Amino acid sequence: MYDFLYLALLAGLGVAIVAGPMGSLVVWQRMAYFGETLAHGALLGIALGMWLAWSNSLAVIVVCLLIAALLIAFERQQLLATDTVLGILSHSSLALGLIALTLIPGARTDMEALLFGDILTVTVEEVTVVWLMAVGVLITLWRLWPALLAITVHEDLARVEGVPVERLKMVLKLLLALVVAISMKVVGVLLITALLIIPAATARHFAKTPEQMAGLASVVAMLAVCTGLAASWWVNTPVGPSIVVSGSLFFVVVFLGCGRKV
Amino acid sequence: MTALIELQGAGKSFANRAVLQAVNLSLVPGRIVTLIGPNGAGKTTLVKIVLGLLQPDTGRVQRSAQLRVGYMPQKLHIDPTLPLQVERFLQFANTDDVECLAALERVGIAHLIKQPVSGLSGGEMQRMLLARALLRKPNLLVLDEPVQGVDVTGQEALYQLIGELRDELNCGILMVSHDLHLVMAATDEVVCLNQHVCCHGTPQQVSVDPEFVALFGAKTALYTHHHDHEHDLHSGVVNSPGSSSCHHDSVQHDSTHNGSTSYDSPPYDSPPYDSKGGSQSDV
Repeated sequence: MYDFLYLALLAGLGVAIVAGPMGSLVVWQRMAYFGETLAHGALLGIALGMWLAWSNSLAVIVVCLLIAALLIAFERQQLLATDTVLGILSHSSLALGLIALTLIPGARTDMEALLFGDILTVTVEEVTVVWLMAVGVLITLWRLWPALLAITVHEDLARVEGVPVERLKMVLKLLLALVVAISMKVVGVLLITALLIIPAATARHFAKTPEQMAGLASVVAMLAVCTGLAASWWVNTPVGPSIVVSGSLFFVVVFLGCGRKV
Repeated sequence: MTALIELQGAGKSFANRAVLQAVNLSLVPGRIVTLIGPNGAGKTTLVKIVLGLLQPDTGRVQRSAQLRVGYMPQKLHIDPTLPLQVERFLQFANTDDVECLAALERVGIAHLIKQPVSGLSGGEMQRMLLARALLRKPNLLVLDEPVQGVDVTGQEALYQLIGELRDELNCGILMVSHDLHLVMAATDEVVCLNQHVCCHGTPQQVSVDPEFVALFGAKTALYTHHHDHEHDLHSGVVNSPGSSSCHHDSVQHDSTHNGSTSYDSPPYDSPPYDSKGGSQSDV
């Protein structure tokens, strides 16, 4: 009877687990704005997917990779600061995505669902995709973890010690694109970054090692998903924003309770 | 002695602006070479070429097949959001617990092994970086401004530690420094860089070189600690052990160069040395 609720919970938890380590890396490497840009690009990806009749996830990943490539190309030019380039890419792709979605015939989808998530309509197939991708990303992160940490600490030092820095940075962007693709359904393109960074920032207060922070961030994200769904069920609030607000509340409680450590 | 790494006529340009021109540099085991020069002199670029992070546009770089580089970067900024203990920081270079502890003991901060990196003082941070470089079992240490952010007493201690490590490991050392005072005393050879090599030689030679004086001014105080070895590579200064009693001696520059005349040694324990001129310029 409440199948849709279980499915929603399952999808949310899948995203939450991977949001912990991924969000920690985003926080450490100050990639929040990059994540935001990918998320906005995801909207363009949805439009592309509808136009070409591809699966949404695939189209989103393709567009995200395209944006990552554009960013790298612009960075090499060194004409503009990275955040300026990100701003251009981010808002251009968001605007373009909104226009494309209105122009494609038959694609008059629920814009609110795309922007803020629509986890309650998630299908069994979608949940399967979420979990497959989440497990894939987690395994990759687990295997590359020491090297990813090494480049977080000091790129040149890692390079001298033989770490393939450029390749790892590419892989990290790719993984982030995958996480964005599976998070869309849960919290929508505008709130994806929040789901990544709020749990990680909350976990920072308790963590003594990078792994503790990543693991705790997953726990916080899972709690936020549960609380958000519960709030949505009892108080009838939109799910995506409820999940994010739950996360924010955890952060505030921890922040006030533990003093200003970060 | 075979060089660990040798640069011949290395040059590098960025956006059509020459940053380095025709630099020759040879690093051999057991010898400390210090790179000094003003901002924008190309010190960092040269270090990156030595490390293999950059390829020179012109010239040649020859590396010994046995070369193992331990690198101590200029500045370590660890984002405070990253919880990282000293032990964990070292494990990036070497995952063996025993060796990590030994390296920390060698640099004198074994007691900090469980401390968060973000809470370390300037001197502790530099020692931790040095420990990580040592864990690579290097035969060449590249130290980019190793005493940055360290107070003067700490600087002396660090330079002394670096000298000891050179003796223990018989490794070559390339140091970069802004600071001219202490580093001059802690080095075998100074290379003064300003896009090209202005002058090089022993600290005593370089400090009286007109190109050096033009870059850094004549007031650069120079003093040495206990150098019990001789400089004989550049037909110049020889510190004969026991040649005279220990007193502060001002360096008299001979008449072939104009300008700089005397350098007052600060009131530290410094053995006397002769300056017979003999500085080299290869411009």
